[in-house]
Amino acid sequence: MALPEPSPDGRFGEFGGRFIPESLIPACRELEAAFRAAWGDPAFHEEYGRLLRDYGGRPTPVTECHRLSERLGVRVLLKREDLTHTGSHKINNVVGQALLTRRMGKQRVIAETGAGQHGVATATACALFGLECVVYMGEVDVERQALNVFRMELLGADVIPVGSGSRTLKDAVNEALRDWVANVETTHYCIGSVMGPHPYPWMVREFQSILGTEAREQTRAIVGADPDVVVACVGGGSNAAGTFAGFADTPARLVGVEAEGGAAIGHGVPGVVHGMKSFLVQDEEGQVLEAHSISAGLDYPGVGPEHSYLSATGRATYVTAGDDEVLDAFKLLSQTEGIIPALESAHALAWVVRAAGTDELPTGAVVLITLSGRGDKDVAQVRELLS
Amino acid sequence: MRAARDAGRKLLVPYVTGGLGADWCDVVAACAAAGADAVEVGIPFSDPVMDGPTIQEASTRALARGATPASIVAALGEVDAGIPLVVMTYYNVVFRGGHRRFARSLVEHGVSGAIVPDLPLDEFGEWARAADDAGVETILLAAPTTPDDRLVEICERSRGWVYGVGLMGVTGERTSLAASAATMAKRLKAVTDLPVLIGVGVSTPEQAVEVSAAADGVVVGSALVRRLLEGGGPEAAAAFVGELRSALDGMA
Ligand SMILES: Cc1ncc(COP(=O)(O)O)c(C=O)c1O
Repeated sequence: MALPEPSPDGRFGEFGGRFIPESLIPACRELEAAFRAAWGDPAFHEEYGRLLRDYGGRPTPVTECHRLSERLGVRVLLKREDLTHTGSHKINNVVGQALLTRRMGKQRVIAETGAGQHGVATATACALFGLECVVYMGEVDVERQALNVFRMELLGADVIPVGSGSRTLKDAVNEALRDWVANVETTHYCIGSVMGPHPYPWMVREFQSILGTEAREQTRAIVGADPDVVVACVGGGSNAAGTFAGFADTPARLVGVEAEGGAAIGHGVPGVVHGMKSFLVQDEEGQVLEAHSISAGLDYPGVGPEHSYLSATGRATYVTAGDDEVLDAFKLLSQTEGIIPALESAHALAWVVRAAGTDELPTGAVVLITLSGRGDKDVAQVRELLS
Repeated sequence: MRAARDAGRKLLVPYVTGGLGADWCDVVAACAAAGADAVEVGIPFSDPVMDGPTIQEASTRALARGATPASIVAALGEVDAGIPLVVMTYYNVVFRGGHRRFARSLVEHGVSGAIVPDLPLDEFGEWARAADDAGVETILLAAPTTPDDRLVEICERSRGWVYGVGLMGVTGERTSLAASAATMAKRLKAVTDLPVLIGVGVSTPEQAVEVSAAADGVVVGSALVRRLLEGGGPEAAAAFVGELRSALDGMA
C-alpha cells in the first residue's frame, strides 16, 4: 500500500483522532474491528471486487483527451469515475460500507450528502442490500440538487432537509451525528468522505484506493510511464485520497484542488470538528465558518485529516479554484471532449487549465485528472447560472 | 458538591447558554439563589453535535448577539453566585483558545470546572494536563453504551463529579424518563465515590426525583433553556429551579 495506515489512535501525523461524544466510542471501535477483519479477509475482497465489477461498472476507463490536450499543450488523461453506476466515485466507498453494515448485523443506514451523489450512492446500496436508509441534506443543497433528492426518494430513502447553521454539508453531518448518537446500536453511519472520527478517514481511503490503483496501471499502459502530475478535487477529499493512494510511491506530483470558498487547507488553520483534527475554516474564537462554493460537494469548511498531513509533509500540494473558472472548465470539457463533468470535478480541470504552460504544469507534461463524477446533476443549476 | 451529597442533599445543576439574552448573568445568579448546587454555563459553538433543537437555537441566538468564549468567561467573573460555575463547550473552542490559556482564563474568572462532550477519554490527555495544572476540574461524561471497564477509567479521571448521560441521544426535553437513566446511575454508583449526576433528557421535577432515587442528582438543560427562549428571564429561571429544588428536597 502506497499510503500507510494511521497510528493506533487514528492519527496521520498530528491530524485525525476520535473527537466524538462518549456514546459513539463503542460504535467506532466496533466499526474499526469489523473493517480490520474484513479488509484482511480474501472472501470480503472477493465479494467487494465482484460487486464493484458486476454492479458498479468497474474498472472505469482512463480516457486520453486529444482535443483538450492540443488546446492546453499538456497531455491530459481522465480517470472516468463519471462512468460508474450512480455516476461518481462515491459508489466505491458505499458498497464497502454496506458490506460492513451487513457484517455488523445492522439494519439501518444514515448518511449525509452535499451534492447528493453520496446520498444517491448510499440509497442505491441500501436498496441492493435491503437496508433502511435515511439521508441528511442541507436545505440549500436540497434546492440546488433537486434531481438527486428525487433520485434518492425513488430508491426508497428518506431525505431529511437540515435547516440549521449554513444549511449545507457541514450541517448535514451534524444532524447525521445527532441521529447516530440516538440510534447507534441499530444504525451504521455511512460517512461519504475521508473525514470523521477514526477509522473513517482511513477506511474510506482504502475503499477509494481502487480508483487510484486502476488509474496507475491504465496510465502506464497508455503512456508507458507514470504521469508527471496527478490532480483531483477535494471536498472532504475521498476521490483525491483514493487517487493519491495509487500514485504516492511514484514520482508524480500530487495536487488537490479545493473550492476557493471552502478551502480548508488553503485558508484554514488546524481545528477539531466532526470527530477529527484537521485544517478547518474558522474564526479567531474557533467558530466554524460557512463555506460558499458553486458546487455543493465542495461546500465544506473542513477536510479529511490525511490531506492535512500530506500537505504538512509536502507530499501533496493543495490549491484552489474559483467559481468562474470552474464554470469555464465545465463548458470547456463538454465542448472539446463531449464529457460533461460534475462541478466538483470541474475544479480539478480548472486548475489544469490555469496551470498548463506554467512551471506548475509545463508544456508537454502528462497530467492525470480524476473526473470524480458526471455533470447530469448540475445541468439545471448551470443552465440558470449561464442564462 | 461532595460535601452536600454526603450531607444527604440531592444535587441540582441547571444549564444556561451563555450570552443568551442581555440578562443571562442574572439568570445564572437567579439559579444559584433558587437552590442550584452549581450552574453549567454553555459557551456557544457553531456546531453543537451533542445538542438538540432547543440548545442549538439558544447557541445560534447567543452567537448572533456576539457572544464569544472570552466574553462569556469574563462575564462569569462578575457573577456573584456563591456556588461553583462550570463551563460546557465543544473541544474546538478549547483547542483554538489554547489549552493552557483557556484553562488559565477559567481560573482567573473564578470558573471551577469544564465539560467538553466531544473530548472523550482517548483524546483527553493534553487538556487534562493543562486543566489539572491550572486547577480546573474537568467533569467527564459516561454513556449508556460505555463498557464497565471504561466506566471505571472515566470515573478515575473525572474531577469533582461525573456526568452520566441518561439516554442514547442528544439534549432535549422528553415526555418520560428513559429506563437507561437509572441504569446509568446505578452502574456509575457501583464504581465510584464521586457524586453521580444524570443529565440529558431530565426535563421535569418528577423526572428529577425519579432518577435521583438512584443518582446523587441531576443536570437540567433544555427544559430551562426553553423557558428562556420563550422570553422568560431571571424570575422564570428562579421559579423553575425552585420547583426542581423543592421536589428534590422532598425526597429526603
Ligand atoms: C462528483 C463529486 N466529486 C467530488 C466530491 C467531493 O467529495 P470528495 O472530496 O470526498 O471526493 C463529491 C461530493 O459530493 C462529488 O459528488
